[in-house]
Amino acid sequence: MFRTVSELIEQANKENIQISEIMIRQEMELKERSRESVIAEMERNLEVMENAIEQSLQGVRSVTGLTGGDAVLIQNYMNNHTPLSGTILLDAVSKAMGTNEVNAAMGIICATPTAGSAGCVPGALFAVKNQLHPTREQMINFLFTAGAFGFVVANNAFISGAAGGCQAEVGSAGAMAAAAIVEMAGGTPEQSAEAFAMTLKNMLGLVCDPVAGLVEVPCVKRNAGGVSLAIVSADLALAGVKSRIPCDEVIGAMYRIGQTMPVTLRETGEGGLADTPTGRFLRDKIFGNLA
Amino acid sequence: MKFTSVFDIIGPVMVGPSSSHTAGAGRIGKAARNFLGAEPTWAKIHLYGSFAKTYKGHGTDFALVGGLLGFETDDTRMSKALEIAKDKNIDIQFIEDTAATEHPNTARIIVGNDKDEIEVIGISIGGGKIEIIELNGFSLRLSGDHPALLIMHNDRFGAIATVTSILAKHKINIGHMEVNRKDKGEEALMVIEMDQNVDEALLQELRETDHIVKITKLES
Repeated sequence: MFRTVSELIEQANKENIQISEIMIRQEMELKERSRESVIAEMERNLEVMENAIEQSLQGVRSVTGLTGGDAVLIQNYMNNHTPLSGTILLDAVSKAMGTNEVNAAMGIICATPTAGSAGCVPGALFAVKNQLHPTREQMINFLFTAGAFGFVVANNAFISGAAGGCQAEVGSAGAMAAAAIVEMAGGTPEQSAEAFAMTLKNMLGLVCDPVAGLVEVPCVKRNAGGVSLAIVSADLALAGVKSRIPCDEVIGAMYRIGQTMPVTLRETGEGGLADTPTGRFLRDKIFGNLA
Repeated sequence: MKFTSVFDIIGPVMVGPSSSHTAGAGRIGKAARNFLGAEPTWAKIHLYGSFAKTYKGHGTDFALVGGLLGFETDDTRMSKALEIAKDKNIDIQFIEDTAATEHPNTARIIVGNDKDEIEVIGISIGGGKIEIIELNGFSLRLSGDHPALLIMHNDRFGAIATVTSILAKHKINIGHMEVNRKDKGEEALMVIEMDQNVDEALLQELRETDHIVKITKLES
């Protein structure tokens, strides 16, 4: 059993296996399940992710009308222009946002690690797929690697906005995606950890300030930020760039920052963007003036 | 460790929009239903912290009720749970509570029918994962991940030994156990998490022993 990222990497190197394999073996051992059943459950999650992305391209809309349709706009733009940020990056953004548009519209998604941050991992996976051409097995392994890193964060810090701000949600999700991209692209376990650390570092201090308390604004677009950082950080790590602060220490920093964050900035819908004139206007429009 | 499975992180598959506020809330509701052991006819639901501030937008209200109706997190009827409860004449009240709580996503559910009534406090700790931290005034820590027995008993010597020896005789391994009492010699609660579900014969044997008041079985 691993508790920290350094233990995870040590274990992978010692046994000369990938991080995804460590996660699969741990699940089999702790839950006394067969390899087939563990893989099958993850494959079902992969299918849910794929279906959510498909659904988003039909153009979904939330009940409030605050979100929906942006994934389609981005895909149309990509068909008619060469995106400045690059095709893979923007494709990842559209799929990450699309997943979260489906979530906001109360469609079926796979929480990764949470519902509000469910776009980053599938967004990254289904965009890099077009360049890396993974097998189905490698796509499933992508989710186990992402899960292994998320497992460390959840047990040493937090993964909910109410507990630790959005750095705990989209921050963790983007960082999990970065680590998984590195493995799929042929990087080492150490490079996965570097990519994770570099993504999370750029998300430290990110507040959770949902307008009207809803998982819509700014959440959908924050998944765009999370997945972008994931891809950039994966490239940095594959290029050999290292995080000066070790991965586990970045997770520790995230935890302490979250603990000192005021409650108004932890998913109460009372601070940050929620407490702007437009944020308050939207809240009153949706729920009536309660003040 | 609070999280023990990769599927706590990659999962659950759920109806949006919030894993803490919808999926977690649904699971707290479902736990309350399991403790009651039947469909409730009424429920008073106190919401605290982020739950109290944002429950309408997040669908925490319908998710809690969906759980009380026995729905899983990916049940597409979830968003219609309030209407379904109304059609079944289940009386539901929501109370936005301002009391300070240890965790920002806390719900206290008092739920019952004409025979019975229970009170459960649950917290939603992220990614759809929950903990039940109080049952009928007794503190406990229950994840709902494992089959469990909750045994109300009188605080007398031998009561615990009798229960554990019956479990041992049936070759049931105890994964985690907590014992809690209101006061010396008063009502007490044993919470036993096991590796497997137990059958009716074993429950009957437990019921026939001295000092046992009530047994609730939670399957997983």
